[in-house]
Formats: sequence, structure tokens, C-alpha cells
Amino acid sequence: MLRIAKLPIAVFALFILVFPWAARQIPAIEHYPDIMVFAGIYCLITIGLSLLMGYAGQISIGHAAFFGIGAYISGILTTNYGMNPWACMGIGMAVTAIVAALVGTPSLKLKGHYLAMATLAFGIIIFIIFNEETEWTGGPDGMSGIPGLSLFGFEFDSVERYYYLVWGFVIAAFIFTVNVIQSGTGRALRAIHASESAAGAMGVDVARFKILVFVYSAVLASLAGSFYAHYLNFINPATFDLFFSIKLLIMIALGGMHNIWGAIVGTGLITFLSNEWLQYFEEFEVIVYGAILLFVTVILPEGLAGVPGIVKGWFRR
Amino acid sequence: MSADMKENVLELQGVVMTFGGLMALSDLNFKVKRGMIKAIIGPNGAGKTTLFNVITGSFPPTQGTVTFNGRPIQNLKAHKIADRGISRTFQTVELFGNMTVLENVMLGCYTRIRTSFMASGFVLPQARRKEKRISETALKILKFIGLSHKFKDPADSLPLGEQKLLEIGRALASEPELICLDEPAAGLNETETHVASSLIKAINAKGTTVLLVEHDMKVVMNISDEILVLNYGRKIAEGPPEDIRKSPTVIEAYLGAEA
Repeated sequence: MLRIAKLPIAVFALFILVFPWAARQIPAIEHYPDIMVFAGIYCLITIGLSLLMGYAGQISIGHAAFFGIGAYISGILTTNYGMNPWACMGIGMAVTAIVAALVGTPSLKLKGHYLAMATLAFGIIIFIIFNEETEWTGGPDGMSGIPGLSLFGFEFDSVERYYYLVWGFVIAAFIFTVNVIQSGTGRALRAIHASESAAGAMGVDVARFKILVFVYSAVLASLAGSFYAHYLNFINPATFDLFFSIKLLIMIALGGMHNIWGAIVGTGLITFLSNEWLQYFEEFEVIVYGAILLFVTVILPEGLAGVPGIVKGWFRR
Repeated sequence: MSADMKENVLELQGVVMTFGGLMALSDLNFKVKRGMIKAIIGPNGAGKTTLFNVITGSFPPTQGTVTFNGRPIQNLKAHKIADRGISRTFQTVELFGNMTVLENVMLGCYTRIRTSFMASGFVLPQARRKEKRISETALKILKFIGLSHKFKDPADSLPLGEQKLLEIGRALASEPELICLDEPAAGLNETETHVASSLIKAINAKGTTVLLVEHDMKVVMNISDEILVLNYGRKIAEGPPEDIRKSPTVIEAYLGAEA
């Protein structure tokens, strides 16, 4: 059976717990928790995307759109209608689920490149809507004044507080997804990846599962979008463009698509590269991503998550 | 249940399957009696695999009805037909290569025991109990097909003979009433063929009806109770092995008319 070890998850959770404290001790990385908040937000997306792409084998180049839908619904409903941010978060997830089901039902009948093209087109349409529906979204200038989050009077108003909030959700989503992977549902998803006709012949409702996991990954992306909006208090369409969808793919490709840990590792690395380590490259950042993608595809098709296996192989010899 | 239904598991009436201008099956009528091993033979391109695909719901027939246990199934999707109790193997092995031997059989249990997405995500106790039951059932089946010592191996690492057995095991895990085997002996050596045919007999002895497409005549003649011969999508003969062996139409279809 596919088993995902519990110990690394516990170690990881511990790391998340002590990281802000450790960062405070070292002036050079004092600001890292702030970057980690973004990493956590992106992890929420890539965890779902890893289940969709790595396990169920369905390609999506449109997840920036679901991320954006969550962010804009939170932004619009809180600033224009003064609604409770948590309620907006839920509404965002519900709306995203419906949109994903509507988009997914016809597109998931397509395979391989066609599915990628359909989701790509969807992403571009949503991006145009964010830009053009100026009355609602503020157009290319974006919208500001989105309130922060609070719960029963407890304000998530510092970087550290928000860090723990986001990573709490990340770890919950991670554990939920790991459980799904290790269950009969995960087995059915991997079966669809390997052979749709055999999966169908064994009683797996292929169409339903594809939509289910597509909707799940979209809902996680929407949740991430809401967290993003309430953290930055400002959103504009540029965040949710095609390039972000591709960046998400680079994240899980670098980490390793067929391993849920790959989502965490790849997302962490790419977030730090783009928010911190590649600052000097400015516009040329893209070239570095290209190089990473090339390197991973040619040298490390299993991604970084495959490295322990390769090292183990050396010792066994 | 009428007497006819009790006797026949599967019945095809006037089944036609066309692909564009090509008539792959034309006006096919036959019955499969409960508890028998029925073989379908015929030259290459006779429509045998197409027939399997129609029965198991890969695509609906252009015309005609397929009745399983007295209920029409010709318009059901493949997974619904699997739920009803028809399981199959594939001519070119279609195992889940990305999974272990055990997981392949565990997936086969999907028609009988399944857990919802939410229940599996939250690992409810009932989900855990189900998972345990599934792995126990799968191990029993692996023992039955003689592959229990390889349960941890990746499915695509097995030699072809064992991959074919594993496909049968996976199909058995759904506890089918009717199992459709598409060339279970293709590509196997003599020993492996012997293992496969005794396995098919053992499955049948447990009460499962077997529908079999096979080119290996020794296997077909040895294990089947009844044979259906197809040529160009038409039934040209049907009956017990000894009759088929002597039938002039069948000999002609295989060897060509005598000059």
C-alpha cells in the first residue's frame, strides 16, 4: 500500500512552529516569516494541484484563476458590502466549486494537451474579467482597503500571527490530502492516471472523480486567494495572470509531481527564489525558472522529492 | 426471476456495432448460460474484442440489446456495468503500473467496498476498517492466483505471464458474476498457459461464469463448455467444442475454402 510516513509530517509541523522564533534570532533572516506566509498561501494551491496533476494525472494551467476568484470575492464582498471576511471566504470557496464543476465537466473529457489548453483559456478569460470589470474589481489598478482577519476579537494583524493562521490551514490541508491519497479514493485517482479504461472497467466513475479532484484543488486555490487578499489588503489582476499558473507548475515540477511532499518543497523554494534570492535578476528571473524547469525535466524527472530515493539507491549498491 | 433469466446470465439480441462504414458486429444473437465457460473464437478482426467492449460498456452498441441478469445494460457506462457484476481483463495488459501488485487487486475491490472523499480525508474509523477489509480480501485473492509473495512489487515489474494472472486477480476482486477474459494466454509460454487455464477452471468451479476470447485452440478446446465462432462480425457457428472442431464452416473460415 502507498504509505506516507507520519514522522516527517510531525518534524515538518515542528519546524513550522519554531521557525518564526528562530528567524527572530538571526537578523539576516528576520523577515523570512513574511515570505513564509506567501509560501504557505501558495502551498495551499500546490497541495491540491499535486493531487490533481501528480496523482490523478490531469493537467491544469488555470489555477491562477481560482486563486484570483477567491481573492476577488473576498475583496469585493468585504470592501463594498462590509461582509464578514470568514463568510466571504466560504462564499468564495462555494462559488469557485461551482465554477470549477462547470468548467471541469466539459474540459475533463479532454485529455493531455487539450485539457491543458482548455484550462489555459479559462485562466485567460478570468484574467480579462479581472481587468475589465472595473466597477467591481478596480481594473488593472486593483482594489485596496481589504480588511485583515480577526477571530472572536483576536486580530491576525502581525506577520507572525498570520503566519500561524495560514500554516495551520496548510498543515490541515496537507494531512487531509495525504489521507485521501492513502485511501481507496487515492487508489482510484492513481488508477485513472495509469489507465482510464481499466479504472472504468473496475467500477471507478472516471468522470466523477476527475471533477471531484478538480473541484477540490480549485477550492483550496480559492481559500489561498482569500488569505492572500486579507494579508496584503490589496489585490490587482497581475497577481493572477497566466505566468502565475505556470509558476505553480514549476513549483510542483521542481518538488516532484508524484509526491505530495514535492508540493511543499517546490513551493517553498520557488517562493524564496522569487521573493528574495532572485531579486537581483529582476526581469531575467524568468530565465532562471526556465533553467530550473529544464534541469528538473532532464536530470530529475522525479523532482527534489525523488532525491532521497536516488541517494538510497547509491548506498544499496 | 424467470426460468430463462435464471439459466442465462447474459443475452445479446440483434447487436450491431458500426464504426463509420465498417460493420464490426452485425446482428449478433447469443446467450451465456450461468456457470459455464464460453469461448469466443474467430480469425483476427472478427470482432471479438469489439464484442467485449460492447458487453463491458466501453462503447454502446449501434443497435440491439445486451441483457445481464434480465436487465438491459447496453446504455450503461463501464463503471455501472462493473457495479452490476461484469468484470474484465484486457488483450494488451492494462494494469496500473504505478501501483503495487496488492494495490492493483485492492482497486479491484472498488465495486464492493468504497469510501467517500470526505471520509477518507478525515480518516473516519469506518474508512480505516474498510481499508483493512479491502487489503485482507486482496491478499486472499493474491494467494488464490499464486502471487502473494510479490504483493509489494510494482505491477509493471512482473513478467508478462504474472501480469496476465494479476489482471485476472484484479477482475476477481470485484466478485463478478461474469468475468470476461480477453486472450488470457496470449504471449504466454506453455507452463504459463497451463497455469492460466487451471486458474480459469478454478474460477469457474467457484461459480463464476466465464466468457473467454482466446486464440490458443488447445486452451479453448480443453476448458470451454461452449464455443461461439465469429467471422467478419457475424456468428458462423455455436456449440460444444467437439462440434466446432468438426464444423466445415469454421474450418473454412480459418483455413480458407478448399480448392
